[in-house]
Amino acid sequence: MKVLDWLDGRTGYRKILHEALYENVPGGARWRYVWGSTLTFTLAVQFITGIFLWLAYSPSSQTAWESVYYIQYEMTGGWLLRGIHHFTAQAMNILLVLHLMQVIIDGAYKAPREVNFWFGVALLLLVLGLSLTGYLLPWDQKGYWATKVATNIMAMTPLVGPALQKIIIGGADYGHHTLTRFFALHAGVLPGMIVLLLVGHIYLFRRHGLTAKQPLRRRDVPFWPDQVLKDGVACLAVLAVVMFFVLKPRFAGMTGGAELGAPSDPSEPFAAARPEWYFLFLFQLLEYFKGQYGFIDSPMVGALVLPGLVMLLLILMPILGKWRLGHRFNIGFTVALLFGAAVLTVVALKHDAHDVDYQTSLRTAHRDAERIKVLAKANGIPVAGAATLLREDAFSQGPRIFARNCASCHKYDGHNGLGLVTTNAPGAADLKGFASREWIAGLLDPARIDSSNYFGGTKFADGKMAKWVKKNVPKASPEQVRQVVTALSAEAQLKSQRELDARDASLIASGRALIVGADVNCTECHQFRKPDEDASAPDLTGYGSRQWMVDFINNPAHTRFYGRRNDRMPAFGAEKMLDAKSIEMVVDWLRGEWFEPGSAGVLARGNESQSKAGAHLTTSN
Amino acid sequence: MPLKLKRPFAIFSKLVKDARTFVSHLTGQQHTPGPQRRGFLKRFAACLIGIVAGVVPLLSGIVVLLDPLRRKSARGEFVFVGPLGAVPEDGTPRKFSILASRTDAWNKSPQTPVGAVYLRRTGPKSVTAFNVVCPHAGCFVEFVGASKSYYCPCHRSAFALNGSIASASPAKRGLDELQVEIRKDNEVWVKFQNFLAGKAEKIPT
Repeated sequence: MKVLDWLDGRTGYRKILHEALYENVPGGARWRYVWGSTLTFTLAVQFITGIFLWLAYSPSSQTAWESVYYIQYEMTGGWLLRGIHHFTAQAMNILLVLHLMQVIIDGAYKAPREVNFWFGVALLLLVLGLSLTGYLLPWDQKGYWATKVATNIMAMTPLVGPALQKIIIGGADYGHHTLTRFFALHAGVLPGMIVLLLVGHIYLFRRHGLTAKQPLRRRDVPFWPDQVLKDGVACLAVLAVVMFFVLKPRFAGMTGGAELGAPSDPSEPFAAARPEWYFLFLFQLLEYFKGQYGFIDSPMVGALVLPGLVMLLLILMPILGKWRLGHRFNIGFTVALLFGAAVLTVVALKHDAHDVDYQTSLRTAHRDAERIKVLAKANGIPVAGAATLLREDAFSQGPRIFARNCASCHKYDGHNGLGLVTTNAPGAADLKGFASREWIAGLLDPARIDSSNYFGGTKFADGKMAKWVKKNVPKASPEQVRQVVTALSAEAQLKSQRELDARDASLIASGRALIVGADVNCTECHQFRKPDEDASAPDLTGYGSRQWMVDFINNPAHTRFYGRRNDRMPAFGAEKMLDAKSIEMVVDWLRGEWFEPGSAGVLARGNESQSKAGAHLTTSN
Repeated sequence: MPLKLKRPFAIFSKLVKDARTFVSHLTGQQHTPGPQRRGFLKRFAACLIGIVAGVVPLLSGIVVLLDPLRRKSARGEFVFVGPLGAVPEDGTPRKFSILASRTDAWNKSPQTPVGAVYLRRTGPKSVTAFNVVCPHAGCFVEFVGASKSYYCPCHRSAFALNGSIASASPAKRGLDELQVEIRKDNEVWVKFQNFLAGKAEKIPT
């Protein structure tokens, strides 16, 4: 042990250690004193996990989400590291409140500890700053749009607001420098300030000693080991709770750790954007400040003035506490504040739970988040960023394009494509499973052809086709109907019916014969498999196939389709309402054809040029 | 039986005693024997809990830190480099870029330069290929026409036309020759690989 003696002789560390460990705890160790230590512990956890995350994080608009994706789904244990960081941050916010409550209730803010209380308030604000900046860093839809709201609120500050906003987000709009700045704040400036203030906080705490809860129950003990043990147990409990939330998704077979939404896309507003739950009360508060009565309920009052006044009151607490009823007021105020925040949080959660638009948006967000995982895993992410993968993906974009352009008349399985059930007046056909056997069987059903799922809401409800079906289908044998349905549906070449179509080749052949034959004679009005200039109804050649649908959406009033009898459907392509890619994506989605890993999809097409060049080499870093 | 049981207990109590001595040295405290056993258990529990609470975040970070060890570099595969006609017939080496799809963490890029080779005719239908990376410290070598040798500007490594080490070169091995295949009579394909620099042997990275 001579080495330690030597070291002590040179540094005097034993004295420091002694002072740190043998601080007097008046009245014995108690559980109510653990909160400061748990906060220090969570801060240490955030420093450790944060630095390791830093090693893999890349702050720019094309790499932020992508590098977090890589941490979360590709790097060994990345989900665990990120999960601990994410949930410890949430634990910190709860512990901050508990610590503050304990300090106020025990009167630890009173003289001579005022300055230390102010240090604590400053630390509280800095930790909230960490939460706010950290929320943006994954650059997913949720963080992007929620933080945008926060920085827009900042811009409401009188005089300096707009300039302040530009400085914080590093430009006129969100981009690379928003991330570099938020990251520098999150990983450098704020933690640095916290360390400095924390040193001051602990120094002052040691200087004035612990504020013991009166009356003292037992004899005094040193900090070590009794209080340290209690603190340690509390820290371990915090860690256990954090680990529970980190590991919880694992039990449901998911990756675990923190959620990662779809990559942010400035062109894709996110209606379900909400701040993290501990800021939700502020979000809800703003709901009541819409400026209907002028300044008094303007958003600026709700977002800046009111929180500012609360902070001011918090800072004044040590002075208010000197009055006779001051201490009671402080406790009452804090309890009321927390109660109010809790009520607002519950109101916000309840409102969202019953908000159909919010729920739809949330479902779409989860769908996108799952989808981007599949796409990124299968094809890698292009240098332009992961958002481009989603923008070119039929599965993600199809329902959106449908909801925006088609759902005002059409339905998809009764909803607008994104799951929102609209209460529009019955319009055009429900396109779920368009041209499939079930769908065509319904079209040729006398009871259903004029229902709202087919022609019910259009002028074709009592048109030639509906009349023909009602008159002739009951006379035909079920076998004949089945043959026609099978043959017509085979024209679509649907992926989901590939095996059925192959199996029923003979059925299809006899169905085709019926379509042109004298018994059924669809070709009296329709064109089928050979040019027919007299055809007055839509072409049945390749009915429901990819090309047929693309052509139809391009211009339904084309002579090949409805011609002049077209009922209100716009020529999306011919009128340039949708670009070719969008039409293809909505068609592919309706036909159930999108990239699936392992199938000969997008990737295979992209690789053809490469195999010609012969380069299959892959290097990786 | 009592003997067998006594032994582990003796070892344990010795360990406990040693640990207490160590802790008391560390803190400079005189430890008083006897009534402090309960105090020791508290200390021990506090230390243990502290270690567990610290190790969990630290280990989860170290696992991620060591993730690169799992990543492997390219398995050498044959890559089309260029037509045979593009390699000078007089035996002068010519540098060609190697294009391949490249995976950089999350990014996948098709047809990106991943390295370069020198191709040199050794006959009407035969070509040798050298990786341009200097086997000494990994800089790119240049072919110098005047001296008909490869020269590395970083540490003055020099290699003869056939890739062997020239005298007074700090490299421990000659230029790394790569396997070549002539396909369809006119296409030069090279099995592109990088090797560890600074070693006498060719060890693929």
